[in-house]
Amino acid sequence: MYQNNPLSRLGPGQAARVTALEAQGSMRRRLQDLGLTPGALVECLYKSPLGDPRAYLIRGAVIALRQKDAEGVRTGRPFAASGEERRGESLTPAQEAGYGAY
Amino acid sequence: MGLTKNSTGLGAAGGDVALVKGSPDQRTAALAGNPNVGKSTVFNALTKMRQHTGNWPGKTVSTAQGRCRRQGRDYVLVDLPGCYSLLSHSAEEEAARDFLCFGGADCAVVVCDASCLERNLNLTLQVLELKPNALLCVNLLDEARRKGVAVDLPQLSRLLGVPVVGTAAREGQGLEELMDQVERLCAHPLPQRERPLVEYGPRLEELIRRLLPRADQLAQGKVPARWLALRILDGGGSLDQALAQGLGQNPAEDPEIQDILRQAGSLAEVRDQIAACTVSRAEELAGAVTRTGGGYSQRDRKLDRLLTSPLTGFPIMLLLFLLIFWLTIAGANVPSQLLSQGLFWLGDRLREGFLTLGPPQWLTGLLWDGMYKTLAWVVAVMLPPMAIFFPLFTLLEDLGYLPRVAFNMDRCFQCCGACGKQSLTCCMAFGCNAAGVVGCRIIDSPRERLIAMLTNNFIPCNGRLPMLISLISLFFLGAAGGLGASVLSALLLVGVIGLGLLMTFAVSKFLSATLLKGTPSSFTLELPPFRRPQTGKVIVRSIFDRTLFVLGRAAAVAAPAGLVIWLMANVQVAGASLLAHCAGFLDPFARLFGLDGVILLAFILGLPANEIVIPLIIMAYLAQGSLVELSDPLALRALLVENGWTWVTALCTIVFSVMHWPCSTTCLTIRKESQSWKWTALAVLIPTVCGLGLCFLIHTVSLLAQA
Repeated sequence: MYQNNPLSRLGPGQAARVTALEAQGSMRRRLQDLGLTPGALVECLYKSPLGDPRAYLIRGAVIALRQKDAEGVRTGRPFAASGEERRGESLTPAQEAGYGAY
Repeated sequence: MGLTKNSTGLGAAGGDVALVKGSPDQRTAALAGNPNVGKSTVFNALTKMRQHTGNWPGKTVSTAQGRCRRQGRDYVLVDLPGCYSLLSHSAEEEAARDFLCFGGADCAVVVCDASCLERNLNLTLQVLELKPNALLCVNLLDEARRKGVAVDLPQLSRLLGVPVVGTAAREGQGLEELMDQVERLCAHPLPQRERPLVEYGPRLEELIRRLLPRADQLAQGKVPARWLALRILDGGGSLDQALAQGLGQNPAEDPEIQDILRQAGSLAEVRDQIAACTVSRAEELAGAVTRTGGGYSQRDRKLDRLLTSPLTGFPIMLLLFLLIFWLTIAGANVPSQLLSQGLFWLGDRLREGFLTLGPPQWLTGLLWDGMYKTLAWVVAVMLPPMAIFFPLFTLLEDLGYLPRVAFNMDRCFQCCGACGKQSLTCCMAFGCNAAGVVGCRIIDSPRERLIAMLTNNFIPCNGRLPMLISLISLFFLGAAGGLGASVLSALLLVGVIGLGLLMTFAVSKFLSATLLKGTPSSFTLELPPFRRPQTGKVIVRSIFDRTLFVLGRAAAVAAPAGLVIWLMANVQVAGASLLAHCAGFLDPFARLFGLDGVILLAFILGLPANEIVIPLIIMAYLAQGSLVELSDPLALRALLVENGWTWVTALCTIVFSVMHWPCSTTCLTIRKESQSWKWTALAVLIPTVCGLGLCFLIHTVSLLAQA
């Protein structure tokens, strides 16, 4: 199952839900404060010109994370983001079926 | 880049949490909130102060205080640094938390961004747990409305159990009601909450229940017992020290508490749960009171893609900076000449008037040839570029572009073992290096903060920009004129700044490999929504708050320095002037680096302010040679050439101006921020050594090329 992908593997245009945090210490707290708790929806928006860091849409705010730090966040199955923010709703079957490929 | 007396003066680093109260019946309210929610705008609107506001996170780097008077009573408002949480242990968060704990505020005002309520409520809940006598200010309602976000304020107030006021602080809406509520809260504090705001699940609640009796005794009514119990469970960090200081005893070391904790077993999971419960409660609350998601608009999405894509990100960045410098150079040219002509004409008339009084000749020389001319030069050369550069840069800042620069550049800083937010402190350095050094507080890791402080001086501040511009246009433009010339000099200026940036990278990398070893710490940066800059306000504010302030400071240094240089040029010792002696003494050393004694002396005398270096050089040459009309650039060039300048001298002067010791204000600020003379000495040494080394290289290569 797609339960253990690091957030750093999420490409621009893809979204996924957080399943667990692996980061420890103050970074763990910081990620939680940004809203990266299990169940939260994250969309990868774009890479910076040199590829790292990447910008993510997290609970309505755009946050840049370095790849190294994003590795500490585990996400579930990625799907294509529609561009509109989705709050709390579950995926439609079409999305599950259509965008399951990683 | 808050460039005011407070942020650049000697008070820059002092008094983070100290509260200045006038009279005992004065009331205090603390303003807390996430970064970039318009906290400073609310603060300014209420206190009629002009704390600089900008559209990037972490701008308020220390607490600011202001007063407002209502119905015969004084209110002190404290603007706390923006933070996402009170639990993450960064310097700003600690400052905010400690003030809320023991700062003695009567109430807290939590400022939220209406269009991003869920994330903001996380901090709100934490503040309310710590400071129950609080109210919520839902700001940026106008912006949220445009994004189609509606917030049910009465419902939010019911759910949170505190007053909620909606505001649009930039338009001045809702502020009266906000102060009414502050007044009410100060006079009649909210009763104790019956049910806790956030519930943490059975296991945690049971632990809290067991800790509560002892926590209540330890808290002594200074902080809520439930909050203290939670922090004990959370454990550790700087909070222990703050608590030990505020309560007279570290609760974690209390035997009874330790007993309970021992019985509880592992607490790792508990800590996660505290954070997770707060976040999910915030999600629940936001869901209950907001309609439609809001957040990130399609327009911002498109703009961001353009500003940060691999193809267009860097070119746009370069073009924007080029455009700003070009406008500064092209626009400042004519006003500078007019100002210089006008001031010198005025000086001559005043001098004639003064002469009719029959003063001794030395006094005339001292006042007019020494003080007035240096002053006039500083004003003529500095005022026009600053009056153009500052508003333009502030517009860029207000728009929200600077965090995108940090996003684009982060990779480079990461390679150097530094923090991406260093781009922001570099941007601040264009205004003033002292402000840039204070700004380094936005960097969490102490190691990376020191790197940013030690390298800040490689970015030329506005005191040095005019000098660079005039040297570039005097020596490197040749016969080109008009549009081509100004574009070319903007390009060269960007090149020089690029050199400074390159040195920043190199030295950062060197430091993190040697003196400041360590792994790069984590990095999170918010990219705030773009906001339409308030053009009129920006122009007025940046001229009055920044330009005139900086100019005043430069003038205050220029006048006495002009006096000193005139005295040195005219006091004769053993057949030669003091200036000739000093310059002669420095000359052999300076020649090694492509400079001459006068230039090096000017840099040394320019320690209080870099603005006066070029005027000092000119004054020194003038005192030794013949008088020329200075408003004419050709005459100025002739004067320099007459004194042995070649393009190599100009290049070395430019390089040395980018890389030499920081001005005295910056040095003192570094001392305050780093709490160490050792690091301050290093901050002086590093750029000086780099500058001298590079100048030596340039000079030697040019000699070899000629031979």
